Amino acid sequence: MRDVAVIGVGETQFGELWDKSFRDLGIEAGLRAIQDAGITTENLDAVYVGNMSAGRLIDQEHVSALVADYSGLSDMHLPTTRVEGGGACGALAILQGWAAVASGLHEIVVVGAAEKMTDVGETKAMEILTATADQEWESVFGATIPGLFAMMARRHMYEYATTREQIASVAVKNHRHGALNPNAQFQKEITLEAVLKAPKVAEPLGLFDMAPLSDGAAALVLCPLEKARRFQDTPVQILASGQASDTVALHDRRELTTMDATVVAGKRAFHAAQKTPSEVQVAEVHDNFTISEIIAIEDLRFVKKGQGGPATEDGQTALGSKIAVNTSGGLKARGMPVGATGVAQAVEIVRQLRGEGGKRQVGNAEIGLTHTLGGTGATAVVHLFGRVN
Amino acid sequence: MTAGIVSYGAYVPRYRIVPKEIGRVWGVDGEAMGKNLNIRAKSVPGPDEDVITISVEAARAAMKRVPWLSPADIGAIYVGSESHPYAVKPSATIVAEAIEAAPVMTAADFEFACKAGTAAMQSCMGLTIANMAKYALAIGSDTSQGAPGDALEYSASAGGAAFLIGTTSVAATINHTVSYTTDTPDFWRREGQAYPSHGGRFTGEPAYFKHVANCAQLLFKRANSGPQDYQYAVFHQPNGKFPVRVGKMLGFDDKQMDTGLLVREIGNTYSGAIMVGLCAIFDVAKPGDRIFAVGYGSGAGSDAFDITVTEEMPKLHKARVRTMRAMVEDFRQVDYATYAKFRGKIRMQEG
Repeated sequence: MRDVAVIGVGETQFGELWDKSFRDLGIEAGLRAIQDAGITTENLDAVYVGNMSAGRLIDQEHVSALVADYSGLSDMHLPTTRVEGGGACGALAILQGWAAVASGLHEIVVVGAAEKMTDVGETKAMEILTATADQEWESVFGATIPGLFAMMARRHMYEYATTREQIASVAVKNHRHGALNPNAQFQKEITLEAVLKAPKVAEPLGLFDMAPLSDGAAALVLCPLEKARRFQDTPVQILASGQASDTVALHDRRELTTMDATVVAGKRAFHAAQKTPSEVQVAEVHDNFTISEIIAIEDLRFVKKGQGGPATEDGQTALGSKIAVNTSGGLKARGMPVGATGVAQAVEIVRQLRGEGGKRQVGNAEIGLTHTLGGTGATAVVHLFGRVN
Repeated sequence: MTAGIVSYGAYVPRYRIVPKEIGRVWGVDGEAMGKNLNIRAKSVPGPDEDVITISVEAARAAMKRVPWLSPADIGAIYVGSESHPYAVKPSATIVAEAIEAAPVMTAADFEFACKAGTAAMQSCMGLTIANMAKYALAIGSDTSQGAPGDALEYSASAGGAAFLIGTTSVAATINHTVSYTTDTPDFWRREGQAYPSHGGRFTGEPAYFKHVANCAQLLFKRANSGPQDYQYAVFHQPNGKFPVRVGKMLGFDDKQMDTGLLVREIGNTYSGAIMVGLCAIFDVAKPGDRIFAVGYGSGAGSDAFDITVTEEMPKLHKARVRTMRAMVEDFRQVDYATYAKFRGKIRMQEG
């Protein structure tokens, strides 16, 4: 297996982008990544697209060929592949792209991910998101994604005495980070009081405990590490890619407050990269809900089990501390174009490792991590990235 | 030749419901909702009130201000509304009979969401300038409803205004009017549906703000004017937040916008909204005062008017008509149960 590097990154603005279609977003992010890599489209060998539910959100399937077509690549007849895995599909697309380059199947690939969520109403969008849970055993009985994550929050509060304020402090931190990200959907700080007083969605979680529904896209260009410096002065290596699955239904899990898929994916990635969690300086974790970030930082072993709440409240995961979590603002503030999440997270980590984090730059970032979830944790993908010195 | 407003009249139902009371029923912090929308109360039509009765009241008030004017000289009546009581059968003919303008005249009902009234004004201007009618009556009136529990329920209210348009004895000259129209589906109600649907935040930036701001800029250009040239400014007011924000964006201050901002006390009267705001301004404006008005209708479009009050305004009869302020301040608060009864939200026994 060859080492693989990221030589180009690109992303769109995230938010309710009324005047941009799915294909506009995909093309914009892809072309930015290609420009950033300093290559031309003739250099490309394959395209991998992460997308969760264009079929239901915009009535368009077959989006991998579509994005390549509208990017002017149809006459190259490139292999184009769409990857699906709930909210983790962007991260899975990276994994597929990485595997293709590492194995020698392809030399230069674009990994893109996009989602256009605001063409349907909020109720419909929530139905579509809930389709990532178990339709026969959860959704059909009225369970929704917020309801399921609320159960995790309740149980975490019960088992570890995690407080409502600690959970809310995730949103406060991520908005503070998002305020420093010019592409974030919410570039505005919020107070703890505002999070606590927001209308309840599924108790104990309120409106500000949830990531928004967003439009947006992100893309990476990957190539073998040995060739990376031909295109990019500051390549970033994909050190490892770990993936794991679990039961789709939450009630079938071993416990509610640990996502075994995250634990296993994390172990696999750290093992493959010969790294430990304490060596990571910057991480983007899947904070589709505030409680998700608390569980993620525990399951990834950044903090001890049960300490996610106090650690967040204490500022141990904020910019300027030993590990900075969700410097982009996370799904909470950068936005949640659901299928694009994994790639958007990778774009942020690559920027941090290149030293291009702007006002939210983490000092001397050497190792970065992305963690992406599908459903309530039935799929978890962990990528480790390293600065190439 | 220019046309203008010869007389005006308005009507707002007396009943009010406050956001806190609506929120109480739906388990929402209604007070916070009202604060966020900048709405303290919304008007509620009584059980025997609809767009036709409101239009008739407004038309009669307009006629009372000009007792010297013969209703037979009114050559056209257009009623703009999105809540006409009949799907087929004009509201305008009933108004025409009620004010004794029928039968040598034309009449029709208009619909363009919240700007059907201003569209009627422009049509009346055309007719009178072309000398096809001596006077023409433009009415904007609504009893719109938001679906129970929907955000719109906190603002959708009832009221209307009637402007008698002509080219002589004009109390407020319409110096310029411009429109800005696109197909932007931000809010709609299909045939047979009881309540409108809306695109949530899509009703903001790409809909209201884009159309109102662009139309306002067109009017500035046409009139070669700026915000400092006007004593008053009034914008369509779906809530108390949007018009203030767009006004500030255009360079107007609170003082210019305060008089016409009735939404805070009576809610969004839809087709009536900008016209009742103008009525409040006409009640207090002095000859020479200049008014900047931009309406908005979902779907979407804006009509803008540059208006100057003339020496005729103080000559309008006041004795037998209530001012806008008097109507706003004369209210009786109702609870949600009464509101539900008045608005026909309670299923009654048939037969």
